Amino acid sequence: MTMMATIVFWVAAVVAVLAAAAVFRVDSMARATYALAVSFVAGGVAVLVLHLDFIGVITILMMVMEMAVMAVFMVSYMGMNPALMPMDMTHSKRPAAVIAAAVFVGLAAAALLIPWPARAGTAAADTTRALGEAIMSSKMLVMLTISPILFATIIAALVLANPRGRYDRLGDDLQDAPADPEPGGIGR
Amino acid sequence: MVDVGNAVWALILPGVVLILAVATASGNAALGARDRGTPVHAAAMSPFRETGRLLRQQRRSVLGADSLLWRIGGSGLIVAAFLAALAVPIGALAPLDIPVGVVWFNAVDVSLWALWWLLGWGGNSVHPLIGGYRFLAQALAYEIPLMFALTAPAIGAQSLRLTDVVTAQQPVWFALTMPVAFIVYCVSVTAFSAWGPFALPAGTDIAGGVLGELSGVDRLLVLAGRWCLLVAGAAFAVPMFLGGGAGPLLPPALWVLVKTCALLAVFLLLGRAMPAIRPQRLAELGWVLVLPLVLLQLLITSVLTVMGKG
Repeated sequence: MTMMATIVFWVAAVVAVLAAAAVFRVDSMARATYALAVSFVAGGVAVLVLHLDFIGVITILMMVMEMAVMAVFMVSYMGMNPALMPMDMTHSKRPAAVIAAAVFVGLAAAALLIPWPARAGTAAADTTRALGEAIMSSKMLVMLTISPILFATIIAALVLANPRGRYDRLGDDLQDAPADPEPGGIGR
Repeated sequence: MVDVGNAVWALILPGVVLILAVATASGNAALGARDRGTPVHAAAMSPFRETGRLLRQQRRSVLGADSLLWRIGGSGLIVAAFLAALAVPIGALAPLDIPVGVVWFNAVDVSLWALWWLLGWGGNSVHPLIGGYRFLAQALAYEIPLMFALTAPAIGAQSLRLTDVVTAQQPVWFALTMPVAFIVYCVSVTAFSAWGPFALPAGTDIAGGVLGELSGVDRLLVLAGRWCLLVAGAAFAVPMFLGGGAGPLLPPALWVLVKTCALLAVFLLLGRAMPAIRPQRLAELGWVLVLPLVLLQLLITSVLTVMGKG
């Protein structure tokens, strides 16, 4: 890594950790959600420094979108009024602190004590492709089989969870005018 | 030499975007004055007057406002517009010629979800909050079709790098070979700028929506950011769909400018002519009507590309 890349990597790493800590220090749902978003964006920047352009940018894209949606859910599901008032972001403090400290010590010890191998050969021209093949190539058949099953599961779950199916909307013989609380855009 | 050129261009780019944004705002005000029969010249100067007024105005706040999030949302729009415009190659200059330029634009446009909502949330006021949620409802409808619309040129060029996308459009522009993707892109740009038929997040029916409690320099930043987003969206369409700097006689950089201005004019005229679409009706339009059309477009583009005719 060049000097510049090293600096950017460390700044991103520190911002990621500080923003993640801020999630539990701030007193509003919106701030906690967007502190987490900042942490993820910093993580994406760190990935960018590793020349994994696609993965870095797509991480930022997905996480910002996800946090924008999550903020809405956090506020609406929090019930009563705490999401709109200052509130504490922590609970079960003592067990949480013990678990967090143990996990941190474990991960830090692993990072420092594992004899990491030195790079053999040179980096591939397209690191994203190389990474994908390293992770996926021997398991491509499994992936191709699982993805339609996962997709079908999502659709099935949505169908089962849907509180208002077509019989609710259009009556038992599916002939009535749609009874929607809000008419849709194409007049079905 | 090109590196120096890129650095200089990256520095003057915000200025160019701002000039185009002011020109668009002037044009809009002038068209409005013509419709009402009031003096057109005075209206055309109104963006300058308004800028001066807002710069002198004291910014006020609301009790309990989350000023940090509010100001991040307000100042972020203009920054997002600059970041998006940075990816546009101008002739030989491309300040941000990364291999994933198309995804870069997508990431910037997704950040608008967060920024518009924060703008609505931060003010601690009912109508701006409704405006912020209206934008998210709108974003749910346009974002997925927009993502697929951005995918089409990338498939046609078989690259996510914008300079490759431009090269792949010689001699036929992608706007002609993939018209559905182009139209969806243009509609989405007006939607993420909360303009034209998609202006209801800042609608007058909810007392200005996200603009409701804004004053002084905060308001100026949001109004400017909104026009800058429209400019950045038009500019990014040039390498994606309109052949980049390709054109006779004029140098490539000038062609990019001409095409950007032409598309801005189309946005302005069509946006003013269209009735507002209520955000709650948009999801069905976006998912039941537009999404299958875009997917069909992708299928046709993919088949043509595989056959070597894309």
